[in-house]
Amino acid sequence: MSPKFSRKHLLLGLGLIALLLLPPVTGALGEGYLVSLFSRILIYALVALSLDLIVGYGGMVSLGHAAYFGIGAYVVGILAHHSYDGVPLISWPLELQGTENALVTLPAAVLVSGLFAAVIGFFCLRTRGMHFIMITLAFAQMLYFFYLSLETYGGDDGLSLYSRNRLPGLDLADDTSFYYLCLAILLLCLYLSHRLVHSRFGRVIQGIRENERRMLALGFPTYRYKLACFTIAGAGAGLAGALIANQTEFVSPGLMHWTRSGEILVMVLLGGMGTLFGPVLGAIVLLLMEEVLASFTEYPMVLLGPFLILVVLYGRKGIYGILLGRGGADD
Amino acid sequence: MTEPLLQVLGLNKRFGAVAASRDLSFSVNHGEIHGLIGPNGAGKTTAINQLCGELKPDSGSIRFDGRDITRLPVHARARMGLARSFQITFIFEHLSTEQNLALAIQAHEGHSFRFWGRADRDRRLIGPTRQILERVGLEARAGEPASHLSHGEKRQLEVGMALAGQPKILLLDEPMAGMGPGGTVELSRLIQELKGTLAILLVEHDMDVVFSLADRVTVLDYGQAIATGSPQEIRSNPVVRRAYLGEEA
Repeated sequence: MSPKFSRKHLLLGLGLIALLLLPPVTGALGEGYLVSLFSRILIYALVALSLDLIVGYGGMVSLGHAAYFGIGAYVVGILAHHSYDGVPLISWPLELQGTENALVTLPAAVLVSGLFAAVIGFFCLRTRGMHFIMITLAFAQMLYFFYLSLETYGGDDGLSLYSRNRLPGLDLADDTSFYYLCLAILLLCLYLSHRLVHSRFGRVIQGIRENERRMLALGFPTYRYKLACFTIAGAGAGLAGALIANQTEFVSPGLMHWTRSGEILVMVLLGGMGTLFGPVLGAIVLLLMEEVLASFTEYPMVLLGPFLILVVLYGRKGIYGILLGRGGADD
Repeated sequence: MTEPLLQVLGLNKRFGAVAASRDLSFSVNHGEIHGLIGPNGAGKTTAINQLCGELKPDSGSIRFDGRDITRLPVHARARMGLARSFQITFIFEHLSTEQNLALAIQAHEGHSFRFWGRADRDRRLIGPTRQILERVGLEARAGEPASHLSHGEKRQLEVGMALAGQPKILLLDEPMAGMGPGGTVELSRLIQELKGTLAILLVEHDMDVVFSLADRVTVLDYGQAIATGSPQEIRSNPVVRRAYLGEEA
């Protein structure tokens, strides 16, 4: 085992312990609000991780990823809304009632956002490079304006939830329980992504990033693989969206705005593109800095901007790459 | 064995005013090494790109292995057994030699929608990868990132990747380009060894290489096949000498 290898494990181990101990420690220090801030951070880490699958591993730079995040959130919001007023969501061909059961809402969010990603990807993936960036952006803005004008579900005022979803055996209204749920889901998704990027499918995706023309000449129908990857990433973002709706108990079109997509992309770049833990680190650092800087300046971006430039200039694989040293951040 | 393995019939391709292929016809038989030569700008690479499907011809047809493949996309032709190597070395620089080959093998092993099992511990990839490493003489470099290979070794790797799918024909686009004499010998030996196991269409600038390896040679000039025959016939063909060698007959 090389020293770099153990350094990586040490870092990840410490990070995990810190995240596990966060609620009791901050509780003891009387800084309990940090638990809800960190729930938010873990949720953004999840959406950044999903974006990294297409940007970092698949080489497809999307500026519309917040759309799937927003769709996941709206699935939770709309299902809750129908549950409150008792009006079925659909009454034909079969009757679908609203619900606040997380065992239904979370899978539904994954499914619906994945479906949207599949349809949107179907069109977007016929282009590449700059065109791909612009068309993903256009689709996301289309959805943003669609929800903005959707008066039934609050339009630009958004939808408020009366409470978080219910999960048998766990009280999600309690911030600590909710935090651990987010952490568990993030860890699960990290593990799934780890398997994914090292599988045959993962190799194909990375081959396409490196040289798509060569992959075609080898006999890979690359479009199908890219679409599958795009769909998986969209589904992941939808899961994060479902969590954010629960965390803030509020859903609005702002979740889908293209600036949000940009922010998620910045997390990926900052933390380390094409790595699994980089996006998580990026979300932690960016959101913490925003929080800290916001306490003494109205324009945190003035300081965040230069910091971002330095990291991108000096770390090929972002902060994660810098922490692990050369060649240490390969996955 | 009446029908040739690959048949090109009346291919036309224009880029604006330039006719890169003009009524181009030739055929490659099973198991033969067929040389494709011609002066710069004669349309050799355009011909290759149409054969592998990256370019669609304006008119004409291509038959391969008993099927009309003129409208098939690149990946479908590759799956049928039509493999190519590129003029510029075209490998996955960030992957190891072994991983490059494993990816090529994966391409021909059904679909790759396998999301769970680790590719680097997959026995169905490891075995065949070893075989090809031996075949192209790169066993010692298996774990090395492909970017660390010498130019000649990269060429060997490319040929290995093309061979991974057990193709029926190999399109080699200027395999000797930019190689020192040592590399040329090594690659010529490799091509010689492959002879008989599959057909090879060899596009090459180095005439000595083509004449020493090929069973038959087709000469292109201004997008058109002006002659086909054995190396001896081509060497003594007055039309070829005039067009290609710039000699006054």
